[in-house]
Amino acid sequence: MGDILVVAEHLNGQLDEATFELIGMANGLGNTVVALIGGTDEMVSQLGAASKVVKVDAAADFNPETYGAALGAVADAVNPQVVLTTGSSMGMELANSLSAQKSWPLAVAATGVSANGSVKAEAALFGGKIIATTDLGSGPCIVAVVGGSAPADAGRKEGSPAVETVDAPAGAGKVHFKKLIMPESADVDITTKDVLVAIGRGIGSKDDIEVAEELAEALDAAVAASRPIIDAGWLPKSRQVGKSGLKVKPKVYIALGISGAPEHLEGMKNSSTIIAINSDKNAPIFDVAHYGMVADLFDVVEELTEALD
Amino acid sequence: MKIVVPLKQVPDLVEDLELNDDGTGLDYEYLKMKLNEWDDHALEEAILTKEAGDAEVIAVALDGEDVDKMLFTALAKGADKAVKITGANPYAGNHEMARVLANAISGMSPDLVLVGVQSAGDSDGWLAPLLAAHLGMPSVSVVTGLQVSGNTATVHKEYSGGIMAEFDVDLPGVIGIQAARQTPRYAPVSKVRQIQQSATIEEVAAGDLGDVVTSTVEEMKHPEKGGGAKMLSDVEEIVEVLKEKGVA
Ligand SMILES: Cc1cc2nc3c(=O)[nH]c(=O)nc-3n(C[C@H](O)[C@H](O)[C@H](O)COP(=O)(O)OP(=O)(O)OC[C@H]3O[C@@H](n4cnc5c(N)ncnc54)[C@H](O)[C@@H]3O)c2cc1C
Ligand SMILES: Nc1ncnc2c1ncn2[C@@H]1O[C@H](COP(=O)(O)O)[C@@H](O)[C@H]1O
Repeated sequence: MGDILVVAEHLNGQLDEATFELIGMANGLGNTVVALIGGTDEMVSQLGAASKVVKVDAAADFNPETYGAALGAVADAVNPQVVLTTGSSMGMELANSLSAQKSWPLAVAATGVSANGSVKAEAALFGGKIIATTDLGSGPCIVAVVGGSAPADAGRKEGSPAVETVDAPAGAGKVHFKKLIMPESADVDITTKDVLVAIGRGIGSKDDIEVAEELAEALDAAVAASRPIIDAGWLPKSRQVGKSGLKVKPKVYIALGISGAPEHLEGMKNSSTIIAINSDKNAPIFDVAHYGMVADLFDVVEELTEALD
Repeated sequence: MKIVVPLKQVPDLVEDLELNDDGTGLDYEYLKMKLNEWDDHALEEAILTKEAGDAEVIAVALDGEDVDKMLFTALAKGADKAVKITGANPYAGNHEMARVLANAISGMSPDLVLVGVQSAGDSDGWLAPLLAAHLGMPSVSVVTGLQVSGNTATVHKEYSGGIMAEFDVDLPGVIGIQAARQTPRYAPVSKVRQIQQSATIEEVAAGDLGDVVTSTVEEMKHPEKGGGAKMLSDVEEIVEVLKEKGVA
């Protein structure tokens, strides 16, 4: 096997957990080199599980254009067999950018990677309803991995490996970073609640959120939601669970009318107990839930609230 | 200002997804298809941008089953023109689709291309950045806020935990839309039917694709059941579980 290039990810001055997950995965495949774009020495000192770090002194502005150009330069310097990125907002930009720059094949939404001769990625597609195996040839190739696909501890080790610095080439200069925007403070912090009643598109209308609120009240819980509920403006962003929302780990997570798309699971699959109620028996949420019920959520929720009162 | 919006049909995920005989893909013959929900957001954002200023919105799609209906619906919602690309595979991966769309779109000289950030089934990347590379344009994806002023698009790109970054993008550019400012509008059937009678869909040929970088899906299957949830059949059992976990 050739080198495995892991693209580290950080935001707000901190390395993302997913970086360690990728390093752990990469160490199972070959020699691991980590690319750190716009990161700090403090971050380098946490990358002890890698054989080498390639550092790019770019502004930490998360500009997909400049980071993409920098990754192109790192790829030239490293000449890897496989490049692993996260599946996040930035990881996906970088994976796509590199694929376009180098004409290297790309697989996204990956939950696992193997490299025995040819590189293969397993991915959860179509909202998690289909598992696909993709053949990427013998490399070089790129795989974008869904957060939470491997244990982070396997890739976490203090200590600084050898560091090489690569100059960042100027990008095309057409995308200009203005500012980071931090989330507004929330009325309720869903990350601290023991119980969450989470609603998805199955709730149907804004008015019907009330039935979930009543259940939440009976359980001293908070109402959380999947992305479409937030996009519709029915609940504030601070209630969103998932990839672009918050990661939660309550004692009990009750999912009502949530299909279980990979982007949602990323935010809640580590909850101690997951109870899912969905009218579709094939909904992927049932694959991660501990308890499930195939039913109309409205039939269940009102009866449940009454039973608890 | 010219805004191009590529539209794609994807399987309705509420339905069962049948696999083809050799298990390498979906069996599209019997699938219920619908507009990719993120493309619907891109179209909505394009129409809102048009309504806020002065723009022409062109909806583009690869020819396939029910595509005319999808394009007439886009016209009914407020797109000005619909273009259908013939002779291409509408179920191709995004690397191939980007090539097909770039051939058709480059001749239109758009100022802005708005693309749904992803579509169900994407296995080989996102359309927006791949298309941008072929068009030689800048791109930013996962965008929830878009403001166009002169030759600049100001966008909000989402990261995790509700953190966003604001970027200015020099136009022409390609933006991957995560969510429009408002819920995508609905076009009544009567209006779609009326448009269908008066409007025409332009056709262009797919053209030469050259070498397309591919990763090959060699197997698709349904996730294995079992090891999953213990299925409950009545509310009493849920109460039991909640008590057992000490939360009720
Ligand atoms: C870059 C990116 C980031 C994303 N980030 C997030 C994120 O942070 N969080 C997130 O949640 N999503 C995120 N998504 C969106 C994600 O892909 C899915 O679209 C979303 O999670 C689907 O939400 P849902 O399950 O509520 O809706 P759907 O997938 O539409 O599911 C609705 C479910 O409700 C069931 N249902 C309908 N009616 C009833 C009823 N009466 N009773 C019981 N069940 C019923 C249906 O069977 C279905 O399973 C992201 C997407 C992208 C592209
Ligand atoms: N919001 C929309 N905008 C454009 N076309 C749509 C939209 N919703 C559905 N369609 C298309 O209209 C046809 C019927 O959709 P439906 O019956 O709503 O699933 C399909 O070809 C869809 O792709």
